[in-house]
Amino acid sequence: MIINHPLLGPRDSSEFVYLGDASLLNRPDWQADDALEQFIDYGHTRDNPAGLHRELWYHEQGDRSWLVVTRNTVTHEITSVELARDVARTEGRFE
Amino acid sequence: MHDLAPLCALSGAEPRVDVVAGVTLTENPTLALASVMARQGHEAACRGHLSALLEGPVPEPGKAILHDPEASFWMGPDQWMVGAPSATHEDLAAQLRLRFGNTASITEQTDAWVCYDMRGDGIEDAIRLCANIDIDQMQTGDAQRTVIHYMGVYVLRRDPATWLRILGPRSSAKSLHHALVTAMRAAL
Repeated sequence: MIINHPLLGPRDSSEFVYLGDASLLNRPDWQADDALEQFIDYGHTRDNPAGLHRELWYHEQGDRSWLVVTRNTVTHEITSVELARDVARTEGRFE
Repeated sequence: MHDLAPLCALSGAEPRVDVVAGVTLTENPTLALASVMARQGHEAACRGHLSALLEGPVPEPGKAILHDPEASFWMGPDQWMVGAPSATHEDLAAQLRLRFGNTASITEQTDAWVCYDMRGDGIEDAIRLCANIDIDQMQTGDAQRTVIHYMGVYVLRRDPATWLRILGPRSSAKSLHHALVTAMRAAL
């Protein structure tokens, strides 16, 4: 499997480490009234789609950036690779 | 008083030199290193400082700027390694901290890395055996992070192109040396 790194170009997937669902970027607000329920959900509840899945990969043997990879879990086709920090910024996770 | 003798990473008083079929692998203990990581919101200012240091553009992804006395290569988004001769820049991290101020986090890296210079005709054959990078595509000024025998290393193509610099974990200096010499003996 080849992951097309947005900065470094096509790289073998063996250079990467898989973390899991990209929804992990959306860490709940610990001060929310229902923080406990939100964190239980955040920590344990995952969708398991047969199809497109957004997931976090870490370029351990490269530039050590976190990537959001959109992969089809049925065919392993990768349709999109973004820097996780760009995704987080777009979604307003910083600032 | 202690009477301490400075030693190279391979524990010799002098840097180790190995020659295989005309290709030389030299341990290089003369490199001072520091990493530069731009702080959030100061990315542009940090690039400006690095650009002033290098008297030109900063290294883009996968690239190095081979400049004297300070040189630099790209490590990750808004992250660079800066190298300079340790004879004149032993306090490189402190020098950079003064220059970059609060725009970047600077970390001393000299003691973390061992540096090997591989020079000669056929270096590509040795690298092909031990690293999963397209060494033939790499030109002078290219810098890639890869893995040699499970050790994360940086491979830099220098000028002339028959010169590769390999930076690896200093605590695994002998293992990396073994890997490189084994590949040289097998390939050359």
